[in-house]
Amino acid sequence: MKAFLVRRLLLLVPTVLGVTLATFLMLHLTPGDPVTIMLGEFASASEVARLRSELGLDRPLPVQYVRFLGRALRGDLGSSIRSRRPVAEEIAERLPPTMQLALAAEILAVAVGIPAGVAAATARKPAVDSGVVAVTLIGLSMPTFWSGLLLILLFSLTLGWLPITESVGVRALILPAVTLAAPAAAVLARVTRASVLEVLRQDYVRTARAKGVAETIVVYRHAVRNALIPVLTVAALQFAGLVAGAVIVESVFARPGLGRLAVTAILSRDFPLAQGIVLVVASMYVFVNVGVDVVYGLLDPRIRYR
Amino acid sequence: MATVSEASAAGAAVSRRRTTHPVLRRLRSRPLVIVAMAMLVLFIILALAAPIIAPHDPNALISGAVMRRPSWTYPFGTDELGRDVFSRVIHGARISLQIGIITISIALVLGTLVGLTAGFYGGLVDSALMAVMEILLAFPQILLAMAILAMLGPSLRNAMIAVGLSAVPVYARTARGTTLSVRAMDYVESARAVGSGDVRILLRHVLPNMISPVVVLGTAGVGIAILIAAGLSYLGLGAQPPTPEWGAMLSESRAYLRNAWWMATFPGLAITVVVVSLNLCGDWLRDLLDPRLRK
Repeated sequence: MKAFLVRRLLLLVPTVLGVTLATFLMLHLTPGDPVTIMLGEFASASEVARLRSELGLDRPLPVQYVRFLGRALRGDLGSSIRSRRPVAEEIAERLPPTMQLALAAEILAVAVGIPAGVAAATARKPAVDSGVVAVTLIGLSMPTFWSGLLLILLFSLTLGWLPITESVGVRALILPAVTLAAPAAAVLARVTRASVLEVLRQDYVRTARAKGVAETIVVYRHAVRNALIPVLTVAALQFAGLVAGAVIVESVFARPGLGRLAVTAILSRDFPLAQGIVLVVASMYVFVNVGVDVVYGLLDPRIRYR
Repeated sequence: MATVSEASAAGAAVSRRRTTHPVLRRLRSRPLVIVAMAMLVLFIILALAAPIIAPHDPNALISGAVMRRPSWTYPFGTDELGRDVFSRVIHGARISLQIGIITISIALVLGTLVGLTAGFYGGLVDSALMAVMEILLAFPQILLAMAILAMLGPSLRNAMIAVGLSAVPVYARTARGTTLSVRAMDYVESARAVGSGDVRILLRHVLPNMISPVVVLGTAGVGIAILIAAGLSYLGLGAQPPTPEWGAMLSESRAYLRNAWWMATFPGLAITVVVVSLNLCGDWLRDLLDPRLRK
C-alpha cells in the first residue's frame, strides 16, 4: 500500500511541473508583446520597461520559469495589472463562492444522476429507461447559459419564488446549483446506467439469481454496489469540471466568483491574474485526479498491485 | 418473453437483409436519429440560405418595432433595438455552422497529425508529443479554451481557434491509439518490404485505416464545440455585438428578461435543437462502429 501511495504521489511531480510550465508559457506564447498588450499602445517607454522588469521578462527564459515556480510554490502569483493587488489575494477572495456553487452542484448531480441511472438500468418498463435516456440527452445538450435564463424566467420572474440577483444565502444558491448540476447529473446517469447494465451481465449476478436470491437484493447488493465504483470516480473527476463550468453559471446569475474574475482578467488582458486562475483551477483538477486514484486504490486492491 | 420478440425481430431482419443496406436497416430501428438528421439538414440549409430565407437583415433596425412580442409579422418577436429575432436566429445558424466546421477541422487535423506522428514513429517522438498532450489534458476543456483566449485576445475568430486547439489532445490520444494498432498490421510491413517510404506508408496505408474512430469522435465533438464557443460568446469573449451569434444574443437578452422572454427563448432553443441532433447522430454513429454492439 505504501509503495502504491509513493508511486502515485511521485507521478504527481511531472504533471504539476507540466501544468506550471504550460501556465508560465501562456505569457510567452502570446502573439505580440504581452507588455504592450497589457498596458495599451499609448504606454510610455519607461512604464513598459518597468512592467517588463517587474514581470522578469528581461531575464533568460529558464531563469524566469524557475522564479515563477519558486514563487508559485510559496503562494505568490504576482500582482494583477488592473487592480495592482496580489493575484493570490484576489483569487482567495473569489474562490469560496465558486467552491460553494460547485460543491452544491456536485451533491445535486450525485443525488439525482446516480438513482436515475440505476432506475434506467433496472427498470422493468422500457419506457422508464428511454425516458431517462431522453432526459439525459437534453441535459447534456442544453447550454447552461440558456437553462439558467429559463429557470430565472420561470422561478424568479413568473412565479416569484426565488431571488434573481441576490448573491448570498442558500436561497440564492438553488437556481445556479441546479443549472450547473444538470449536465453533470446527465453524465452520471448515463455512466451509472451503462455500469449497472454491464455488472448485471456478470456471472456472479447469474449465480446469485440461480441460487434464488431475491431480485431487489441481487440488484442493490450485488449489482449496484459493484457498479458504483467507476461511477464515483467519474463523479469525483467532475468536480473540477464543475469549477470550470461555474464560469458561465456565475455570469448568468451575476454571482461573484472565480469565473467572473477570469472573464474580467481576459477582457482586460490582465495576464498575471489570468495565469493565476488557470494555475489554481488546473492544479485543483490534477490533485482531485490523484486523490481519486488513491481512494480507488484503497477501495480496490486489484489496482494497487498493478 | 424477450427471446421471442428478439427471435422474431431477427427473423424480420433476415428476410429484409437482401434488399436493404445494413446501415439503413439499423437506422430504421432508430426513428429519432432520422428526425435528428432531418434537423441537421434543415440547420445546414438555413445556414447556407440565411440571406434568402430571413425576412429581414439581421442587423436592420426596424423603426417602431422595438421589443415586439412574437406575431405573424415577427415570428420570434423583435429585440431592444427593433431587430427581427427570427432573422437573427437564422443568421446565427450560419455562424454556428462555421464554428462547428472550423473548430472540428482544427482539432481533427492537428490531433490526427500529432497522434499519427506519435503512434507511427514511437520512441522519443511519441514520449515527447504525448507528454505535452497529457499536460494539456490536465486542464478542463473550457479552462484551456479560456487560457488560449487570454493569450489571443477575445474575438469570434480567436474563440474558434481556442475551442479547436483545446480539443486537440483528446483527438491526438485517440489517433495515436488507432495508429499503434494499424502500424502492427501485416500490410504495413509488406509495404515497407516492397520499399515504400514513410510518407507513402503513412498516407496510403496507415491514415485511411486509422481515421474512422477519430472522425466519429469529431462528429460527437461538434456539439461540444458549438456549446463551448457559444458559452465563450455568452461571456463576451467570443462573437461581439451586433453579430447575430446565438450565445451572444442570449447574453444581450439577459438585461431584458423581465419584458421580453422571447429574446432569451429562441436563440437557446436553436442551440439546444442543433446540439441534441448532433449528439443523437454522434451516439448512433459510435454504436454503429462499436463492434461489441454490432450483432
